[in-house]
Amino acid sequence: MAKGVVTITVERCKGCGFCVEFCPTRVLALSSAFNSKGYHPPHVVAAEKCSGCDLCGMYCPDFAIYGARINGGARGDAHAE
Amino acid sequence: MQSDPRGVLTGTHFLDGDHACCEGALAAGARFASGYPITPSTEVVERFAARIPTVGGTFIQMEDELAASITLQGAVWGGAKAFTVTSGPGFSLMMEHVGYAVMTETPCVFVNVQRGGPSTGLPTLPAQADMMQARWGSHGDYQIIALCPKSPQECFDLTITAFNLAEQYRTPVFVMMDECVGHMTEKVIIPPAGQIEITPRRYTTAAPDQFQPYATGSDLVPDVPPIASGYSFHITGLTHDERGYPSMTPETQDHLVRRLQDKILNAVEKITLTEEENLNDAEVVVVSYGITSRVAQRAIDLARAKGIRAGKLRLITAWPFPDFKFRALASNGVRAFVVPELNLGQMAREVQRAAGGQSRVIPVTHAGGNVHQPEQILRAIEEALL
Amino acid sequence: MATTIDVPVPGNLVEPFLRSERIPHIWCPGCGIGTTVNCFARALLNTKKDLRKVAVVSGIGCTGRVAGYVKLDSFHTTHGRAIPFATGLKLSRPDIDVVVYSGDGDLFAIGGNHLIHAARRNINLKVICVNNLIYAMTGGQTGPATPEDAITATAPFGAYEPAFNMPQLVEAAGASYVARWTTYHVKQLERSMTEMLSHDGFSFIEVLSPCPTLYQRRNKMGDGLDAMKFYKEKSKVRHGAPTSEIGLTRDGEIVVGKFVDRQRPDYVELMRRQLREHLGERFINDGVPTCC
Repeated sequence: MAKGVVTITVERCKGCGFCVEFCPTRVLALSSAFNSKGYHPPHVVAAEKCSGCDLCGMYCPDFAIYGARINGGARGDAHAE
Repeated sequence: MQSDPRGVLTGTHFLDGDHACCEGALAAGARFASGYPITPSTEVVERFAARIPTVGGTFIQMEDELAASITLQGAVWGGAKAFTVTSGPGFSLMMEHVGYAVMTETPCVFVNVQRGGPSTGLPTLPAQADMMQARWGSHGDYQIIALCPKSPQECFDLTITAFNLAEQYRTPVFVMMDECVGHMTEKVIIPPAGQIEITPRRYTTAAPDQFQPYATGSDLVPDVPPIASGYSFHITGLTHDERGYPSMTPETQDHLVRRLQDKILNAVEKITLTEEENLNDAEVVVVSYGITSRVAQRAIDLARAKGIRAGKLRLITAWPFPDFKFRALASNGVRAFVVPELNLGQMAREVQRAAGGQSRVIPVTHAGGNVHQPEQILRAIEEALL
Repeated sequence: MATTIDVPVPGNLVEPFLRSERIPHIWCPGCGIGTTVNCFARALLNTKKDLRKVAVVSGIGCTGRVAGYVKLDSFHTTHGRAIPFATGLKLSRPDIDVVVYSGDGDLFAIGGNHLIHAARRNINLKVICVNNLIYAMTGGQTGPATPEDAITATAPFGAYEPAFNMPQLVEAAGASYVARWTTYHVKQLERSMTEMLSHDGFSFIEVLSPCPTLYQRRNKMGDGLDAMKFYKEKSKVRHGAPTSEIGLTRDGEIVVGKFVDRQRPDYVELMRRQLREHLGERFINDGVPTCC
């Protein structure tokens, strides 16, 4: 079960790859798909590894991604299902 | 509202124009000044530096005029009434921030004690050659307000007026003194605070989530958001929309620049202050401002003694230029306007434009360094009737 | 493609600090300015400051646009003059935290005089200088921080002017807090900004940031990510390093860390002390009254 989850605002992304490179648990990869501006946003390739550390959120110069911890309780359980 | 008595030195004083200007600023509620020393204007802030600690406020001497002319604007956005003072070369350096004050609609006052130029010119001697610079010195299309005192008393009175107009129209206002007016010492009467009317800042009453920083009513002047009150407002020198956000479209540019211009021009009759004598029957009208008007008065008196129907139109408000006054006089049969000034014909050109070819315009030029001889002006009056 | 979350999770920490309607911003792909904004937002959160009483003042240039994106009282001033504007704001409202957020060209070239005088006065401003080594907004001309040998639009055969060593300059001028990080060092930068926000006196952080479009392209230094890897490889953390030894070169070591953290009385304190001493009870010490 993942400890965290990332959220991506695809249309803000400019495809710099910072989040992919600096994710400590290698959750992300750049997608082959395009957003409407023609950039390749990241997508999740290993959701279960996300620790919710939010380093992607700190690095992202476009405010397009962030990580959050799932702290158990109803919300986390619902997500895990 | 009435002036805060803490800043008002009520009484009869013997002051020079620079010091009177400082007292006017204090009476107007100025509690912040930033300056950089330059002759012949420095005495204004020297007095402010001495007075403000016991009135309550701050003076800071900055590293140059570029800094001084924007430090005061930071203070204005912090909530203060603020001004800066300079002369000649310093005025040139301040032009960048005249434009910033116009574009951001920052109410503030620039005092220019004019000296001879160009460049370092005549540091200790008078001129009136920055009149066009006050009007046009920063890049872009805009309007400002400029007032021209002729005496220490008016340095006091018109500095108060300048602060009030700045608040009313959210614009930089210039007090265009000159070395003579700045350094002449005369009686100055400072009334009780209760008799000094002060225009308050136009703070918005809208809630932060309802507030549009550059939305306006019929007078085209937007309300000011108070700092540190949750408005999260944005101020920029870039062309901006009503939200205050940059918008690089010709439509936004047109809307903004025309509004900045119209808010002043639509009010020209309200803003205009003049001193007028014998205009009803005048064949020739002497148009003057600042120190030159005192010499012109002598010339007018000499002319009238000779039976010439000479009238007086003294421009207290130089900008926005009161075209309407000249249009009326020209169509009323005034044969000529005689325009003495301590420059090579800056305002004379405006008179010519406003008179629209209906009256002759005779500039009486002087490059500065002292004032005209009354006889020079008298000769021009006589020439006007030839 | 995107992770769609159908349960609520805490939002992006930076979002409440942004004028969201203005995002996406104008900065290029791989530019690091946005990364510094993330660190700044988190630093503000750490300090638990009343955000109504934090103002951001920027000059002109790419970093100058920060003021237009942060949801605080914010001022986009003229080129080089953010510091004197901020000085007036701070003196009229000493209770407000005034942050100057601008670039290397703005702060060190056209605004260089204001910078050193503000440091000399130790006026309580927090200065964040995003150093992309070049004038980027205008197309990549040589700036006061451009390393020797770097190719720029105005140095097509390589720059030959020596660059400023920013920490050394501001320390010599009197700054009481001086640090340097890169956009790779997000955690350290957040911590440093947090410290700076609580420091009294003129504080300065240099943040080395990628400029793939205008600096790196001409110098064949790759994209934004390549710059980040370069920072990771070349950076050495040396807290307290003598600032005279940490000048930057085009390809050499990047010394990062906190170099200066000292207490000096700030401008307002000095002013009040002097006036109180000479004027006693006559000195009115309630700052600059707000008008009306």
